[in-house]
Amino acid sequence: MNYRTKATVMDGDAINRAVTRIAHEILEANRGAGNIALVGVVTRGAALAEMLAEKIAHIEGKPVPVGTLDISFYRDDLATRLNPEVHRSDIPFDVEGRDLILVDDVLYTGRTIRSAMDAIMDYGRPCSVQLAVLVDRGHRELPIRADYVGKNVPSARRERVKVYFAPMDGRDSVEILELEDQEGAN
Amino acid sequence: MLSTRHVIDIEDLSTDDIRLILDTAESFKEVNERRIKKLPTLRGRTVVNLFLEPSTRTRTSFELAAKRLSADGINFTASASATVKGESLADTAATLSAMACDLVIIRHKYAGAPRILAEKMDAHIVNGGDGMHQHPTQALLDLFSMRERFGTLEGLKVGIVGDIAHSRVAGSLIPALRMMGAEPIIIGPPTLMPASPEVHGARVTSSIDEVLPELDVAYMLRIQMERAEGMPFPSLREYSRLFGMNKRRLDAMPPKSIVMHPGPMNRGVEISAEVADSDRSLVLDQVNAGVAVRMAVMYLLLGGESSGVAS
Repeated sequence: MNYRTKATVMDGDAINRAVTRIAHEILEANRGAGNIALVGVVTRGAALAEMLAEKIAHIEGKPVPVGTLDISFYRDDLATRLNPEVHRSDIPFDVEGRDLILVDDVLYTGRTIRSAMDAIMDYGRPCSVQLAVLVDRGHRELPIRADYVGKNVPSARRERVKVYFAPMDGRDSVEILELEDQEGAN
Repeated sequence: MLSTRHVIDIEDLSTDDIRLILDTAESFKEVNERRIKKLPTLRGRTVVNLFLEPSTRTRTSFELAAKRLSADGINFTASASATVKGESLADTAATLSAMACDLVIIRHKYAGAPRILAEKMDAHIVNGGDGMHQHPTQALLDLFSMRERFGTLEGLKVGIVGDIAHSRVAGSLIPALRMMGAEPIIIGPPTLMPASPEVHGARVTSSIDEVLPELDVAYMLRIQMERAEGMPFPSLREYSRLFGMNKRRLDAMPPKSIVMHPGPMNRGVEISAEVADSDRSLVLDQVNAGVAVRMAVMYLLLGGESSGVAS
């Protein structure tokens, strides 16, 4: 199945502004960076978490702990979709009592975040878990919502919404993709 | 996913399979280092340890691996099982099948026992050591430990020292090393060599001192003191003097080289206590790797099938 880009809904600048705004929102809601920690869901969530951590450190003047989480082993679809590409999780701080901010690129059905919450609970008991996403594309299948959203991007189920980051993809953008043979269909 | 249903001989796996197992084991190693060493991945699956030959470390390693993946692990040990009452392996297989087990790990006195199970059962079979034939998960964890230390397996010179002829560990490790581009060198007295050692496709020598300066790894096999027909050499002391790993021999090896042993060690025979406890010894890393590698094997064998209810 080949996909092609139907539309670019965010470019590098738009992403940058959204991330700056989210950084400020996180600091406002949590009254500073004293107790927060960011945990990015691999792979692009982790890249986004690094970007947020940098912005927050810049605003507050001190670093914020960042971890990465691989949720492959907590997925609910292992029966039908064994993902051989596993990465290591790395949580280099104590989760106990922290206000944890899970970070992911796209929020869709909510199942990845459900898996991420199960995974993070196995590291300890955070004081709270909040969710920051760059894109919310709707179509939730579980009662999960984001606390901080970069952009709401309504989408059709048959489309894919992808976030690209320069270090791994060569460009910074948020794109809606559709199947190649959907030429006239809307 | 692996290209094979069972892991009975190391040759059942392709080199891609081996790489996948080693890469996956790295993630599981991280899980084994955190506070809650549990993943929900194999919840509801049944894993049977059919150990019809004595073992503590391998059986415990497999048991931990299953439990950490939330699978239900059952242990059958030789003395406590119906085999004492004369039940045949085929009947044991039928009984386990009737209980809908997903994966059976078998250790048995006779080579070929895992194949019999594989023919008679629907479950995935993992060989935990069959007679003097093969012990594939040991080879995999050894590869993992070597790769972790050296960054790669390609071109590594690994000297395997001791009772090659009767070692199922060597039976899996020698082909495994060749498959991954390493160079095994087998070392031991002629009385402990197989009749035609060249079938292993490895260099053979009865002088350990001759090859020590080129080895990256010295892999010491256990002298099996419990063998009924007696020692095929004049005395343990002579064996130790000619083939044992000690400080003098360690110093003759290249500076970054390491010593490995599948355990349990006969301190003072094939390996001196000083070397066993030194920082050039990878023995504890091997044990650590064992659980992670076995988790990886179970995950890759069982993960891709319907388990009924999604978690």
